[in-house]
Amino acid sequence: MTESPARTERGTPVELTDLTRVYGSIHALDGLTLHIDPGELVALLGPSGCGKTTALRILAGLDRATSGTVAVGGRDLTGVPANKRDMGMVFQAYSLFPHMTVRDNVAFGLKMRGRDKAARNRRADDMLDLVGLTEHGGRFAHQLSGGQQQRVALARALAVEPSVLLLDEPLSALDAKVRSQLRDEIRRVQLEVGTTTLFVTHDQEEALAVADRVGVMNQGRMDQIAAPADLYANPATPFVAEFVGLNNKVPATVDGGRAQVLGVSVPVIEGSLSAGPGIAMVRPESVTVAEVGGGDAGNARVTSVNFLGPISRVYCRLGEGDGAIDLMAQVASSLATRLTPGDPVVVGVEPTAVLVVAAP
Amino acid sequence: MALTATGSDTPTRTGRRLSVGPSLALLPFLVFVGIFLIIPTVTVIVQGFLENGRFSLSNIETLFTGTVMRALWKSVVLSASTALIGAVIGAIASYLVVSGNPDGLLRRGAVSLSGVLAQFGGVTLAFAWITTVGLGGMLQRALEAAFGYDVFGGSGWLYDMPGLILVYSYFQIPLMVIVFLPALNGLRPQWREAATNLGASTWQFWKEVGIPVLTPPFLASALLLFANAFAAYATAAILVSQGQIILPLMIRAALTSEVVLGQQNLAFALALEMVVVVAVVMWVYNWYLKRAARWLQ
Ligand SMILES: Nc1ncnc2c1ncn2[C@@H]1O[C@H](COP(=O)(O)OP(=O)(O)O)[C@@H](O)[C@H]1O
Ligand SMILES: [Mg+2]
Repeated sequence: MTESPARTERGTPVELTDLTRVYGSIHALDGLTLHIDPGELVALLGPSGCGKTTALRILAGLDRATSGTVAVGGRDLTGVPANKRDMGMVFQAYSLFPHMTVRDNVAFGLKMRGRDKAARNRRADDMLDLVGLTEHGGRFAHQLSGGQQQRVALARALAVEPSVLLLDEPLSALDAKVRSQLRDEIRRVQLEVGTTTLFVTHDQEEALAVADRVGVMNQGRMDQIAAPADLYANPATPFVAEFVGLNNKVPATVDGGRAQVLGVSVPVIEGSLSAGPGIAMVRPESVTVAEVGGGDAGNARVTSVNFLGPISRVYCRLGEGDGAIDLMAQVASSLATRLTPGDPVVVGVEPTAVLVVAAP
Repeated sequence: MALTATGSDTPTRTGRRLSVGPSLALLPFLVFVGIFLIIPTVTVIVQGFLENGRFSLSNIETLFTGTVMRALWKSVVLSASTALIGAVIGAIASYLVVSGNPDGLLRRGAVSLSGVLAQFGGVTLAFAWITTVGLGGMLQRALEAAFGYDVFGGSGWLYDMPGLILVYSYFQIPLMVIVFLPALNGLRPQWREAATNLGASTWQFWKEVGIPVLTPPFLASALLLFANAFAAYATAAILVSQGQIILPLMIRAALTSEVVLGQQNLAFALALEMVVVVAVVMWVYNWYLKRAARWLQ
């Protein structure tokens, strides 16, 4: 296999156009449109039940759209059965054939394509090298850890050189440490083989870490699709703002492209309210917390502190009674460890752009 | 100090109580096993080797005579053929049941019905067959009146091997449904979808994945069906009121015979033969499950 630096030189473009899928009274997909560039990794992110799996299964041919079209490499796949679609799929868990060795699992797709035994074993061993399981070819699925099983599933999906790689929450059955390791591993392998990939997840950190672009789905539609940093900095809707990053909701007033938030003037991002009072979505790392001394009451009180390692989360309450605002700030632990619940503090916001929406 | 001493004793006592606890809880079970399994088995073994209160091999020798060997052979043929029929038809029926809606009426109904039929199907249906197509049965008479001859060819077959095979199938098939359904449910949908995704046709999926995965539980279930038929008595007893074509009926004859006295010990020897056959089958069943299904959990 020759190395190619630019991912766009290989891989096949994918086009989902205006997909709908209706189950009885449920609209699992409600006009989903998605374009994936050749060799690109797009993460579909959204809460459980928003239609991610349905979209993936329709692309794979395992489910049928009520309306809309699927095209791969410019070819309309409507009417092409799943076993002729030439896609590699990795399921959430337990998808390895239990009665076959790891090597036979990986070689399965090639066997279905009529490749001879020597060729498929060679390819299977190459794929096992790629996912770091060279020594495990003779084992059975039940002799592997969950993470190893998912690596085998990845090798099996890629062994047939699919035009598209599909992953449906491939890490969600694993524990946290293995999850982040395998996440990086999947990305490394994907870049190496250059296969166009759709990665479904409900974990925003996972999506942002692994993808070229992240598409946020909400009730069967795409709310926004953008590169991770862009999505994070410029959420197009309150749903995206809230789902991607834990957000504080702070009363604000907009005027002339700037908002007044906790007495600080900050720019507003595109799609915000144009004028008047609203709610600013402020990220935890944009909330500032300062200690006060000498009997000063500050403008807020600490309600609790969560130590997370180098950084900590400090929960504060501004004001009292009905009008009180609860804020979560992400600050250096060197500061947070000096705070205890009940301490008076001064909270503010960094002058970074925020999304301001109409108050509900 | 006394307190400390008691404290340090506690772990030991707890340990002992822990080891006594489970065996105490097991006591009712052990009593049950003793009364209904061990005592009868030992009785069968001991009595099989006794004649007029003395050790003797004469009953065991009788086991190798023509009549007994023929009954053993017929028992084996009956058990094997109904195990095969039951396993194949039962497996297909289970497949139809699982492909239906999991909460649907068909599935729940089929499972409950199988539970009942596996227990009582044989006896009930033996009656049903006798009263319809048996000698003097309703259907038999009606058809004889209509056509002028007995379309069932004298109905004698119903009281012999063909009849037994037919009627035994009525409890073998539902038993297969009961024991095979969990195995079918264990066939994960992801395997089907992964295979399809990798290019397998429906036929290739069954050939490469479905059938190989289901073969061990299928064969194990068939062995269980064999043992079940081999040991069944009530159905045969109803259908075949005289004669001793299979081992359980031969035991009945030996126990109730008024013509020849002192046949009880032959009954014990026959029972011993049955215990040995069933034990061997169950041993193969266990060995097979352990070996072939390493990957089934
Ligand atoms: N086979 C099905 N029958 C009925 N409803 C379904 C089926 N598959 C999915 N749904 C419904 O469609 C919606 C979207 O499901 P899904 O695509 O699995 O969501 P996600 O993967 O984002 O969690 C859910 O409300 C789900 O209950
Ligand atoms: Mg899902």
